Amino acid sequence: MSDLYIDETLILNDLHAADADEALRTMALNLYDHGLVKESYIQAVINREQEFATGLPTKGPAVAIPHTNKEHVHQKTLSIGVLATPVPFGIMGEESETVPVELVFMLAMDDEHSQLSMLQQLMAIFQDEQQLSFFKNTNDKTKQKEALIDALSLSRQGGETR
Amino acid sequence: MKKRVLVACGTGIATSTVVNDAIENMCENHNIEAEIIQCKISEIAGYEDSADLLVTTTVTKKDYPFPVINARAFLTGIGTEETEQEILHALKQ
Repeated sequence: MSDLYIDETLILNDLHAADADEALRTMALNLYDHGLVKESYIQAVINREQEFATGLPTKGPAVAIPHTNKEHVHQKTLSIGVLATPVPFGIMGEESETVPVELVFMLAMDDEHSQLSMLQQLMAIFQDEQQLSFFKNTNDKTKQKEALIDALSLSRQGGETR
Repeated sequence: MKKRVLVACGTGIATSTVVNDAIENMCENHNIEAEIIQCKISEIAGYEDSADLLVTTTVTKKDYPFPVINARAFLTGIGTEETEQEILHALKQ
């Protein structure tokens, strides 16, 4: 188990993508370029999204939480993609229904039981219309990163957080 | 009798973790004795004969001999109360 890594370079504003695959590929490639995931993560996260969709309708902008198995992950981390135009993602738990997603929270997780509070706090963001709108509209990576760290109750110590 | 509840998602490590905790709390608040097993949806077959309920965030492609409840509400906060009632109802059978 390692600490959650959050960095401005993992916040992608105005992300142009024609479809979910392209959005995932861009975000996953960015994680790979930063040495946080293995190359295999990229295809794995795309495949998993096709098999188990992660789109979530919320009361505000819809979100998706793509993720995959821990063997593809080097460092536990979280990347945010703010889509330039909404992209349809399959809705989690639905056969074929989709939702136009505006915010993608890509998770790279390395441990099965260490992330409950992080996940719960992430879900709390999804249940807070104002926070979602903030992440969507702010377009300032420093502010977005700070808001994310606050929301996840992480201490502010550079990129590495505990 | 103690109920066996399966909580499953695609990887068994992300959304099921959140749902698992929500159900644990729910059972505690309602004095329901339950054994909660968190797993991948692909592992459900191994519990087919022994489980009383499946709560999942993914699509289930086959029929199971126990009720299946969609747990997305625990992630989005939309319809949480209805889902809780559904689960409680299933556990009180």
